[in-house]
Amino acid sequence: MAQTMDPNNMPILSEASVSVEIETEDMTLNIGPQHPSTHGVLRLVAKINGEKISSVEPVLGYMHRGYEKLAEVRTYPQVTTLVNRIDWVSGFANEIPFIAGAEKLMEIEVPERAQYIRLILTEMARISSHFVFNGAFPLEIGALTPIFLAMEDRERVLDLLESVTGGRFHPNFNRIGGVKPAAGAGPTTKKDIQDLPAGFYHDTKVAMQKVLEAVDRFEDLIGGNEVFQIRTKNVGVLPKEVAEEYGVSGPILRASGVEFDLRKQSNYLPYDKFDFEIPIGENGDCFDRWSVRTSEMRESAKIILQAIEDMPSGPIQAKVPKVIKVPKGQTYVRAENPKGEMGYYIISEGGLGPYRLKIRTASFSNISILPIMLEGALLPDLIAIMGSLDFVLGDVDR
Amino acid sequence: MSFSTELLIKVLVVLATAPVMALGLTLLEVKGSAWMQRRPGPLHVGLRGFIFPLATAAKYLQKETIIPNDVDEPVFKWAPAWVIAAVVGLFTIIPLSPTLIVRDLELGVFFLLAISSISTIGVLTAGWSSANKFSLMGGLRAAGQLIAYELPLILSVVGVVIQAETMSTVGIVEKQIEFGFPFVIAGQGIAFIIFMIAATAEMMRTPFDMPIGESELTMGFFTEYSGIRFLIFYISEYINLFVMCAIASTLFLGGYHVPLLPTEWVNFYGPLVLIGKTFLLAFILIAIRWSFPRFREDQLQTLAWKVLIPLSLLNIMATAIMKVVF
Repeated sequence: MAQTMDPNNMPILSEASVSVEIETEDMTLNIGPQHPSTHGVLRLVAKINGEKISSVEPVLGYMHRGYEKLAEVRTYPQVTTLVNRIDWVSGFANEIPFIAGAEKLMEIEVPERAQYIRLILTEMARISSHFVFNGAFPLEIGALTPIFLAMEDRERVLDLLESVTGGRFHPNFNRIGGVKPAAGAGPTTKKDIQDLPAGFYHDTKVAMQKVLEAVDRFEDLIGGNEVFQIRTKNVGVLPKEVAEEYGVSGPILRASGVEFDLRKQSNYLPYDKFDFEIPIGENGDCFDRWSVRTSEMRESAKIILQAIEDMPSGPIQAKVPKVIKVPKGQTYVRAENPKGEMGYYIISEGGLGPYRLKIRTASFSNISILPIMLEGALLPDLIAIMGSLDFVLGDVDR
Repeated sequence: MSFSTELLIKVLVVLATAPVMALGLTLLEVKGSAWMQRRPGPLHVGLRGFIFPLATAAKYLQKETIIPNDVDEPVFKWAPAWVIAAVVGLFTIIPLSPTLIVRDLELGVFFLLAISSISTIGVLTAGWSSANKFSLMGGLRAAGQLIAYELPLILSVVGVVIQAETMSTVGIVEKQIEFGFPFVIAGQGIAFIIFMIAATAEMMRTPFDMPIGESELTMGFFTEYSGIRFLIFYISEYINLFVMCAIASTLFLGGYHVPLLPTEWVNFYGPLVLIGKTFLLAFILIAIRWSFPRFREDQLQTLAWKVLIPLSLLNIMATAIMKVVF
């Protein structure tokens, strides 16, 4: 009954040999598409020599849902339900650049209050996304406790999002020219208090204090942990030049020392009215990527607290025609999403829906550096590096 | 009582105690981790969740055993037996009182180190025979780790043996009673810490769980196991936790003895005292498990060879010098 383990005859290999030449001395290891730490259905075909990785080839497309094509047969207000589901960890933030693009083509001036509400909810989406990262990253390198603390803290932010939009992950809250009236709004007799639920300001202040406390706790529990430090410092170093070359964006780019944040460099939302800093890393290693994201949560909480303080009053919806038709033209609007730069290239032929929609997602470009970063790394480092890139497969495959 | 009757009774007692202790530690682990993670833990099975480990064990017993096509069947099937035999065998030398012991071997400590390394064979064969690359890597990592941490485990105990002038576990406890202090205070503090670190690595618990590393190797060397064989691996982890902590409390914390209690009643309170000390140590290991990430393979080898082994050698030298001088 005993069979010899000839590495060339193992059943798992026949799949891998489709795209990879097999060398006799290296073992091909198929990591994924079903694997606990590939964040979904990413497949990595790794050639390993002992514990050392000689090359890695990511195989994408297991989650391709064809959103760009689907958008062509939908009207503009219907597209937001789709784009919610691209990066499902921060669904709200996905809507913003698309809606802003459509508004730009229609030349609609969005009321300030609506912009503030969008900004607050975007930052909440960023905080919740980074909470997930703060749980998942330590989980991947073996610490099992932070995910429970992170999920508990994230729940407070999601509760707020739900109280305004009615949805925790897929709010579908933005309308062209403004936002929807809130789901759990207070008394309905006066129109001006319908846009945000009763007690929202107070609840937000309390929740943001809790977020700030949570960030301190994470910096202590995760960042202050010696084993975490030796697992992440000087691991997966991404040099500035390589990061720029490959179109990496978001916290990963900033961890490599590039000061690029569309919240400062673009004007899709009124970020220029707030006082906040852009955390920058020095070495571009896994630890920096963790620390940049964690500091960003603190900055986001600060932005939300400031926005609550000087929230303008007024309408939340600009005057738009009943049937939304976007005039002929094309535009590209990009935004700083939790995972990095997200942009929509909209081509309109004057119809009810986009003629063509190109979605630029952060995770897709961000994982393009995997083969470079993983060459020569150890297998446990592969997990740490993948975790620190914080990608979502829905964001990669769309 | 004839020798064979006595042996039979002792074996039955050990075979009954070992799973009970494992289930107790499982409960401590699930409840302890729940407490650390601000969640209630098991609540609904039986008495407020307190028979949850039993339900888990029963669940695994009735699960189908799946044996993949390409496995080396006899090796695959027997691998869990090696592991559980090694850990249950260690019950032989754990003294619950001077008389309540399976056998007070003169070479007790030697027996401990010899028997505990048998499990390496089980782990390695499990990883090799599974015909799964993840299992194979887990098995190889486990073998490397078990061999590396065997040394500090042995060397840290040598200090105790020098101080007690005996290898019998009862003799070591009696010596501590004679001293008036447990050895952890009487000069073997460093040895105790080294022993606990090495024991954690031997048990492959976090932060030394690279061989299992569920985020990269799924379940390491026992990925392909299911049903009762999985249960055996799982339960032997907890029996091992109990045994290692019991031995640590015997060698360093005075075992069944507590000051101020009358020594003639030791047969009654001895087992409780030892189990209490054991669970206390186990709780520390559980707290460590739920707060640390895991070391990388090369980092834990570095820790063993460059830190723990030189330190334990120094400890032996210091103990020997103190023994000669005083």
